Amino acid sequence: MSTLYLIPAFPLGGALFNLLLGRKMPRWMVHFVAVASVAASFGVVLWTFANPLWHLFAGRQEGQPVELVQNLYTWIQVGDLKIEMAFRLDTLSAVMCLIITGVGTLIHIYSTGYMAEEPRYAAYFGYLNLFTGSMLILVLGANLPVMFIGWEGVGVCSYLLIGFWFTNEAYATAGRKAFIVNRIGDFAFLIGMFLMYMATKDLGSTSLDFATFRDPAAQTAYTASSWFGERYAMWACLFLFIGACGKSAQIPLYVWLPDAMAGPTPVSALIHAATMVTAGVYMVARMSWVFAASSTTMAIVAGIGALTALTAAFMAFAQTDLKRVLAYSTVSQLGFMFVGVGTGNWTAAIFHLGTHAFFKAGLFLGAGSVMHAMSGSGDIMKMGGLRKRLPITHATFLIFCLAISGIFPFAGFFSKDEILAGAWGMSLPDVPRAYAYVLWGALSLAALGTAFYMWRLYFLVFHGEIRADQETQDHIHESPWSMTFPLIVLAVLATVAGVIGFPHLHAWHMPSLLHGLEIWLEPSVTGSMVSQATDLRTGALIGAATLMGVAGIVAAYVLYRHGPSKQVEQFTSTELGNRLYQASKHKLWVDEIYDSAFIRPFRWLARALFELVDRFLIDTVLVGGSAWVVSLFGRLMRWVQNGQVQRYMVGVILGAAAVFFLSGRAARPAIEWRKVGDRIELRAYAGAGLQGNGARLRWDLTGDGEWDLKPEALDRLSKPRKPGEPPHQIEPEKDYLSDPVIVRHNGSVGPYVRLEIIDPLTHKARVVQAYVPMVVSLSGTETQP
Amino acid sequence: MNDILLHVGFGHFLVLAAVLFAIGVAGVLLRRNALIVMMSIELMLNAANITIVTFARMHHDLNGLSFALIVIAVAAAEIAVGLAILIAVFRGRRHVDVDRLNTLKY
Repeated sequence: MSTLYLIPAFPLGGALFNLLLGRKMPRWMVHFVAVASVAASFGVVLWTFANPLWHLFAGRQEGQPVELVQNLYTWIQVGDLKIEMAFRLDTLSAVMCLIITGVGTLIHIYSTGYMAEEPRYAAYFGYLNLFTGSMLILVLGANLPVMFIGWEGVGVCSYLLIGFWFTNEAYATAGRKAFIVNRIGDFAFLIGMFLMYMATKDLGSTSLDFATFRDPAAQTAYTASSWFGERYAMWACLFLFIGACGKSAQIPLYVWLPDAMAGPTPVSALIHAATMVTAGVYMVARMSWVFAASSTTMAIVAGIGALTALTAAFMAFAQTDLKRVLAYSTVSQLGFMFVGVGTGNWTAAIFHLGTHAFFKAGLFLGAGSVMHAMSGSGDIMKMGGLRKRLPITHATFLIFCLAISGIFPFAGFFSKDEILAGAWGMSLPDVPRAYAYVLWGALSLAALGTAFYMWRLYFLVFHGEIRADQETQDHIHESPWSMTFPLIVLAVLATVAGVIGFPHLHAWHMPSLLHGLEIWLEPSVTGSMVSQATDLRTGALIGAATLMGVAGIVAAYVLYRHGPSKQVEQFTSTELGNRLYQASKHKLWVDEIYDSAFIRPFRWLARALFELVDRFLIDTVLVGGSAWVVSLFGRLMRWVQNGQVQRYMVGVILGAAAVFFLSGRAARPAIEWRKVGDRIELRAYAGAGLQGNGARLRWDLTGDGEWDLKPEALDRLSKPRKPGEPPHQIEPEKDYLSDPVIVRHNGSVGPYVRLEIIDPLTHKARVVQAYVPMVVSLSGTETQP
Repeated sequence: MNDILLHVGFGHFLVLAAVLFAIGVAGVLLRRNALIVMMSIELMLNAANITIVTFARMHHDLNGLSFALIVIAVAAAEIAVGLAILIAVFRGRRHVDVDRLNTLKY
């Protein structure tokens, strides 16, 4: 439908307005545009959801997708690769869009109260809108590259917003950390995208469109064997999943999320609930056909999810910062979602994503409200007893805590239970049953931990005696309506949203609304891979899950209902207890391990490259070196070019002398010969100029090894000597044959002719020998020598 | 001794011209007094003249002689201008040392 582009266009337009013009605008205008653009986007989603999409859904055929596609233009066309700038709203992305724009609107409203004192008001709302718009592009993208636009966009926005208060060095660092860790994941995402291209291009489909991934023909490509005998799907999905780990804060790339609380609290709510971290889960659900083609990847996804859920829950125990506890709980809950998608329990994962968005956004906004009251401090050890001072915040916070702990009838109960039941009932081909129990066990422990640390937080903040100093106490006040209103709405949602995902019980016939989400998502994801459960098993799992939640709450109540617990202090003073406490407090030293394993070697490398390439090669050798060479020549030339004509004259004269000398040298001796009639003409090349002319020549035309004599010398030699006359001396200058051109009868020359040239200056003699092949005898017969 | 005097040939003239030319070059390059430099230039010009005349004689070609006359005329004109400049310089500076006549360099 032609209105799809409006969904991201509204927030992006708002961002454009606020970032370009916002500084000049009054505050009411800034936040009006920001809130209205997201709300308008929400309105478009609602309308599209209620009208065209609902009609399509109502009239759907089995196995047919329910989707609205809008193709804006062809974005990339290279060779046979053709990528459209296209948006797709199907049942899955519609759910996501509702969450993003709905929760996003509430967070925008909340921000108008929370950020009221902020000097960079317009920039904040601009980034917030950009964030929402990027996430909407990510969700609506009809193919992987368009999704990647949004994928990168949320990365940039998270950097901008986490480091929003960049004058604080630690906050700026947190922003950079988020960006860099995300980039690592994005790189893997790109590789995954390339692999998907490789996998599908043989099928004639090179658009990377999600619709082609669900094509039954594509399944054969996914399951085709690739490197190390694994399937294509395994490699592509593994890399895509690493990308998801970056965005959705899973081991090993989760480290940025706990630091992301450096940003303003509503930003944390946006990151943790509506945008960003849900991207990874969404992407896996979006690509469910591909992921489902490889049990190995599914097992890895589920395993990483379970491990993350458990580890993050453990790390949350000893944190004393309000937002940090919530951050670890997000990491942990995202682990639950990945177990959901990893066990092929797509609906449950998206369900938990939605309910989590409600209660986690609420928790963060509630935390913001608390910190607002506590003059900005987030240290839960300095809080306590806020129940009466902040009644609305307290009431909503209580609901969110109940929801996240999985207590009936709050939303978290249903979604978490679905995931736990799915983990128990996992039936992936080639994966042993025991793996399912391990997953379930890990998640149950994590659920127990979640309930415990959330209620520890709750009791420390709202119960017992207040532990803040007097000045802070005097300023405690309930937040304005712009902050409490979103809390109330989210609390209502966190209470009732669970009804669309009731557990399946064969004994009851339930109206379809109670499984609404599952029916709704059915056209957009591949079939659930969880085995059918008996009522008894379902009931037992529900009971176990509830028990975990209650146990956690009771434990927290016993230990923390009057504030910090003496029993816990006693426990942590023992050696084992202290070790556990330190491990949790220091987040298992993961940051330190990364620091020494990756960051420091990388810095050394960077340092070495800097010193070697930058400092030495470029600065010293290339820049300094070229300057040095130029100045060297300059100094030399300065000696010559001193302005005195006489010194220039030296150059002229030396040059002229050199020209004369070089051009006048005796040449390398050379003989040229040709036949002229019955004669042979031989020509010697002695060189040009004075020296060439002055060179002395000797010929040996007969090839007998003796230098030939001139006829008159021969005459003299042959004359009989008179008595008393001295024997005739042959004078080299006069008597040897020394003409440069010699003409002889054909038969009297050769076949080998030698020529000697003596340089007049150096008196060096050089000899050349030439072969004159055509020698005709005087009788006219030809002889070949 | 008589022999040499009686057998003066083209080679002797050419050698004389070369020697004069070399002396002229040396004077131009080594002396710092502008007047002597100009005299050396004259020496070189006249060495060239001797060569030209010699070759003209060698080839029995009168063109060479007329060329020598043109060189003499040009040399006279050149020396007249040069001397005028030198006198002007000398009036200003009280010397004509080429090493010290370097104002235009800066």
